[in-house]
Amino acid sequence: MSDAIKAATLEYATRLGDDSVVLGHRISEWVSYGPFLEEDIAYGNVALDYIGRARMFYTYAAELADDGRTEDDFAYMRSDREYRNLLLMEMPKGDFAYSQVRQLFADVYYTLVLPQLLHSKDETLSAIAAKGIKETKYHLRRSREWVLRLGDGTEESHKRTQKAVDSLWGYTHELFDMDETEQMLADAGIAVDVSKLRDEWHKMVSDILTEATLTVPEDSWAVRGGRTGYHTENLGHMLTEMQITHRSYPGCQW
Amino acid sequence: MTPEEQNFMRKIEAEEKIEPKDWMPADYRKNLIRQISQHAHSEVIGMQPEGNWITRAPSLRRKAVLLSKVQDEAGHGLYLYSAAETLGISRSEMIEQLQTGKAKYSSIFNYPTLTWADVAAIGWLVDGAAIVNQVSLQRTSYGPYSRGMIRICKEESFHQRQGYEAMLALAHGSPEQKEMAQDALNRFYWPALMMFGPHDSASAHSQKSMEWKIKRETNDDLRQKFVDQTVKQIEVLGLEHPDKNLKWNEERGHYDSSDLNWDEFWSVINGNGHCNRERIEHHVAAHEEGEWVRDAIAAYNEKKRAKKAQNAA
Repeated sequence: MSDAIKAATLEYATRLGDDSVVLGHRISEWVSYGPFLEEDIAYGNVALDYIGRARMFYTYAAELADDGRTEDDFAYMRSDREYRNLLLMEMPKGDFAYSQVRQLFADVYYTLVLPQLLHSKDETLSAIAAKGIKETKYHLRRSREWVLRLGDGTEESHKRTQKAVDSLWGYTHELFDMDETEQMLADAGIAVDVSKLRDEWHKMVSDILTEATLTVPEDSWAVRGGRTGYHTENLGHMLTEMQITHRSYPGCQW
Repeated sequence: MTPEEQNFMRKIEAEEKIEPKDWMPADYRKNLIRQISQHAHSEVIGMQPEGNWITRAPSLRRKAVLLSKVQDEAGHGLYLYSAAETLGISRSEMIEQLQTGKAKYSSIFNYPTLTWADVAAIGWLVDGAAIVNQVSLQRTSYGPYSRGMIRICKEESFHQRQGYEAMLALAHGSPEQKEMAQDALNRFYWPALMMFGPHDSASAHSQKSMEWKIKRETNDDLRQKFVDQTVKQIEVLGLEHPDKNLKWNEERGHYDSSDLNWDEFWSVINGNGHCNRERIEHHVAAHEEGEWVRDAIAAYNEKKRAKKAQNAA
């Protein structure tokens, strides 16, 4: 592996790890707050999948960095300006409709991204994708069912779900952005060229929203910046909570 | 005794399980509903003190283990609600009883989790005490409860091991970590002993429950088992035992220990612990906030049903 490819792969694995840990953390905030017990269990399940995925990406990043850092250094010792997750993942949990719509957007995204990543020339990334594909099948079945039920449920659930779709839509555009690092890796057959997935994502999401009697928003606004560390105000608070224990006792083993 | 009662008592004596469709005395049913639903509520409310640390767990591995554990507790709650439902009470009735204070849950969950070590202490001591009780309940006379316990015990012993392992990491860690571990042990040791309930002489439900083999061992016997097994565990951790009066009694073959603070026990049971009010308010708030979601499912299912009926016509 050339130095440039190695550095880019390290950055790429870190980004994917950031996406997973941030979304996993947000989902975990639902535990004991769900509308009924079965949902607490399901949320715990999905959160676990994402935390597990984050650990695999970070472990790989640490291996590439080869500077003594561990998965926990990546998760707990970087500030919000250093985090590279997509903004969609860091948005607060909101109400149940908001979380499920975000989940649908993310699940459709991973349904498209992971099978591509499976073909990566990088064996570690490919292996992580293989595991993720199985999980995502279950995740999407769940979020799709929920959006259908909430969109086509009561007047109130419809209103809340439409509002969630409208408030989150503008954060989905950057899911398909490529920068130099990812382009170089995509050209080398390592990273996924996400710019090619936008149309399929739009179609799949639109079909589900339409079936749920919801309106697919116009592409009238877009907020970007996650991949450059230009976050919303939400991430700082999330990391403050997530990192407090680890950072309060420097160098400790747990 | 009626022939039905005779047959029931014959089965109890022969160690045959009582099954949902079998005849049973009304008080047996009532007693079981009380005990099983209380057990289910404990699993559910128990998610809160541990859930309190999911977002602050000190490492990704610990976060994953804790998430998985709390998820198991929710699962236990589900099995137990189902076991209670076989006795003719619905989950929504049980939840209402919990929220109105008519049904109780284990008082241990009214103690706050203030540090990460408290999560470890809960796994080790609270799940440890629960296992002592639940192992005994695997032989309970009611079939669905007994089978639920067998399944739950397997998962609980994993919880206890991970709790102890987390405690070990702290006790062998930095001076601050060790201090945190000692502090958690000092706070959780006594309430863990109280989990076995009042002394046998003061236990309102014990005698009948023993006769019907709902309970298989008395509160005091189970508590003694737990006291005995914990001594060595504390030694291995290298922590100080919180009970300064603990002493091996050669004649009894058990440790003698201090009596518990029963005033505190009753005060917490009666709703005046650190977290009683918040635990119930949290449960009520999540339940109320979930109402529109549950309504949406009902409305959606109704629409699907109507559509199907229309297509069939």
